[in-house]
Amino acid sequence: MKAAIVVFPGSNRERDAVAALEAVSGTKPHLVWHRDTELPKVDLIVVPGGFSYGDYLRSGAMAAHSPIMREVKARADQGVRVLGVCNGFQIITEAGLLPGALMRNGALKFVCRVQHLRVENTDSPFTKKYAKGQIVRFPVAHGDGNYWTDAETVKRLDGEGQVAFRYVGDEARSDPRGNPNGSVSDIAGIFNAKRTVLGLMPHPEDAVEALHGNTDGKPMFEGLVEALS
Amino acid sequence: MSAEATRAQERPVTAELAKEFGLSAEEYQNALDILGRTPTFTEMGIISVMWSEHCSYKSSKVWLKTLPTTGPQVICGPGENAGVVDIGDGDAVIFKMESHNHPSYIEPYQGAATGVGGILRDVFTMGARPIANMNALRFGSPDHPKTRHLVSGVVAGIGGYGNCVGVPTVGGETNFHPAYNGNILVNAMTVGVAKTDRIFYSAAAGIGNPVVYVGSKTGRDGIHGATMASAEFTEDSEEKRPTVQVGDPFTEKLLIEACLELMETDAIVAIQDMGAAGLTSSSVEMAGKGGLGIELTLDNLPMREEAMTPYEIMLSESQERMLIILKPGREEVAKAIFDKWELDFAVIGHLTDTGNLVIKMYGETWCDMPIAPVSNAAPEYNRPWEPTPKASDVADSVFDGYSEELGDTLTKLFGCPDLASKRWIWEQYDSLVGGDTRFMSGQADAAVVRVPGQTKAVAITTDCTPRYCLADPVEGGRQAVAEAWRNLSAVGALPLAITDNMNFGNPEKPRIMGQFVGAVQGIGEACKALDFPVVSGNVSLYNETNGEAILPTPAIGGVGIMPDAMIAVGIAFKNEGDVILAVGETKGHIGQSIFLREILGREEGAPPPVDLAVERRNGDFVRGLIHEGLVVSSHDAADGGLIVTIAEMALASGIGAYLTGFDGQHVRVLFGEDQGRYVLAVRPDVAATVQEKAKAAGVPVTVLGETRGTSLSGRGGEIVSLKRLREANEGWLPTYMAAEL
Repeated sequence: MKAAIVVFPGSNRERDAVAALEAVSGTKPHLVWHRDTELPKVDLIVVPGGFSYGDYLRSGAMAAHSPIMREVKARADQGVRVLGVCNGFQIITEAGLLPGALMRNGALKFVCRVQHLRVENTDSPFTKKYAKGQIVRFPVAHGDGNYWTDAETVKRLDGEGQVAFRYVGDEARSDPRGNPNGSVSDIAGIFNAKRTVLGLMPHPEDAVEALHGNTDGKPMFEGLVEALS
Repeated sequence: MSAEATRAQERPVTAELAKEFGLSAEEYQNALDILGRTPTFTEMGIISVMWSEHCSYKSSKVWLKTLPTTGPQVICGPGENAGVVDIGDGDAVIFKMESHNHPSYIEPYQGAATGVGGILRDVFTMGARPIANMNALRFGSPDHPKTRHLVSGVVAGIGGYGNCVGVPTVGGETNFHPAYNGNILVNAMTVGVAKTDRIFYSAAAGIGNPVVYVGSKTGRDGIHGATMASAEFTEDSEEKRPTVQVGDPFTEKLLIEACLELMETDAIVAIQDMGAAGLTSSSVEMAGKGGLGIELTLDNLPMREEAMTPYEIMLSESQERMLIILKPGREEVAKAIFDKWELDFAVIGHLTDTGNLVIKMYGETWCDMPIAPVSNAAPEYNRPWEPTPKASDVADSVFDGYSEELGDTLTKLFGCPDLASKRWIWEQYDSLVGGDTRFMSGQADAAVVRVPGQTKAVAITTDCTPRYCLADPVEGGRQAVAEAWRNLSAVGALPLAITDNMNFGNPEKPRIMGQFVGAVQGIGEACKALDFPVVSGNVSLYNETNGEAILPTPAIGGVGIMPDAMIAVGIAFKNEGDVILAVGETKGHIGQSIFLREILGREEGAPPPVDLAVERRNGDFVRGLIHEGLVVSSHDAADGGLIVTIAEMALASGIGAYLTGFDGQHVRVLFGEDQGRYVLAVRPDVAATVQEKAKAAGVPVTVLGETRGTSLSGRGGEIVSLKRLREANEGWLPTYMAAEL
């Protein structure tokens, strides 16, 4: 699997994404600078976390209009898989690849913690290595992760199997806290209609080795490698 | 703007103006003598910040010189932007802790944010990629009307800056005490890693070499910030808000990447960030260290505001700016990198052989004065000081009338502001970005962060127990260093070196100066005994408001190394049935303990003494056990004593403890804060081995019980459930912060 990671000024989790992709695929991903107008031929495009352009405007709004995003959209239309994590989710949502919007966290504070999620749909290269309903733990680290869309769209997303992950609390695993940011219907991550694009707030790339305390993020990258190699 | 308009804004230079700029009458006379004439207005501004306490260390230097700063591991000690320590394999760790106390009180969000920005620049300016941030915070009483606002702003500021630049904030400490009502402490620490052969220093070299300005534009923010940080607060300190700078973490992130990219070329001769006193201190220090002169022409300097005067430009503390001396002919290479990152880049001058600082603008010269005489003549005082009177030990009679159930006492302690969970704070910090965080502090006694791309890891801790320092500054200084050393050992790291951040009141008062002198003495003794030298530091004096001083707070940032991040041991119990051991001797020292203060309502007595030889022996023993893989959980016994330490280990996991080791013991033994102690959990099949090893090493080890259930219990049944302790522990800070600001 060949992958490219798009780097904006202010991206800061691109190294985490490089490490995760390299560990699982054995191949170093391309780093593509935001001013580039062309992407190498790849099977997967990752838009990583961070604070693109400082996020001084609405998170992701500036980056969504960066030249490279036209190319990302064109590739996504051709079916190239796109993974947007955290700020990347905000950017690809602002760019119109996914419905809805991401607002300030309900508590108006940045939140960083390990969060329990439920895998809602496994019919995608991103989630095929998980079991439906499986509880996984990914860290979250964001200030603007409050996903919103109208009730009708939520219903449609659920109906079409476009909800990928939901926040859940888990008494049994010592942290009863669920939804960390007030997202509508506890949505943590969504697919596009063809399930070739995934955007999610939590960070699977920071849960791939023993040092991270759990490796629940690894199956996502393994699934992608299996599907795209 | 013209020369004439500039002149119209200047004021006559007189003794009166010098006083307003923070100089004493003698200091002003000294300036006149050195120059042989009256300084210009610009020169007066420059001299006053160079000679401010903040920049010149005039009250502290004579004592700081006594600290041990060398060792085989030390590559660069105090005097540069940060300390540099060898961690093997051609790698170095670069770190420093610095205060941003005065600005954080006046404007908590920006004060704390720019504190983080400043310390990051001190570290990456030397060639290091920052891999971790820490912070040590002291706030006033929770009842004080400003405290909530300050906690909220400081935490948001630290998070807002650190999260955006993408450096994980992996821990620190937070205390509350009424002595900080008028002066909070915000001490920020950054740790970075570099190659030992790619470290950049600040001494300028090469007459004619270009002087380059990069980063943000210069505005009027922070003018005379260094002077503000060198005086006591009074009622009108609110009016000093304009001296606080405004941070831009996005620009800082770009500046980090651009500087590190430039450092991969061979274009740089010297580099320094513009911190306190901005362009003045960076240009004067760089030229001064190189024994050269420097000539700056400010017309092309990137400016954010119109009609700025040379005085304003030289004293501005606008953030996210660096000064670089380039090799001749490398301007284009450097400019291309800063263009890529969309940062300002301007050649603003060159090095000269005159030894003078020359400032030109609008076709005229505004400053032309010799650097060395002015720098060297920075005042250095041996201020009068009084030793702190020794406190006596606390008599057993203090326990008269104490008959509370142990479970109730523990619940109170776990809900008191100093011991309560600080989750509300640290969940606002991105502790994971970079993917190298093994432990943040709280999960282990020290934060453990892997060196990027390698298996080895650095361990980092910040420590100080101000109530001990107030009672006995010498013992408190020793204890702060010993605790840092102990916390690093408790995770399995070999302690390497420290950075010290000395926060005190007004040094012109002999009592306060005595606290400083005592703390330095204690720190020096501990550093020597533990081979734990000081490689960088910062002094913040005049932390007083209307004559009320803070507790003496010499915050120590300690750094250690371990060959593999996965060796590190955290505090959480892991299995049921593990044997709980106390390492070190417990005498039950109750003076200045948390128990005495929170339960018996008394802040008195001498702090626990630190036996540095025992400290070393016990720490080496524990570290050895961890490296042999014999330890499951490890926690130093500090605030609250053995029983609190065990309860913290239980809360961190949800696995309780069945305790037999305290049967028939005095309450002193449970809550005494004797030093040099650790609580370990080991698998039952190695407990005997560990005890034999302890005997051979001459280390006292006692069995306290075993891990079991979901409560603390003993032969008499349940003492307290973890659920109850957790509610008290997790509840306090969120409930406090949820009240109206």
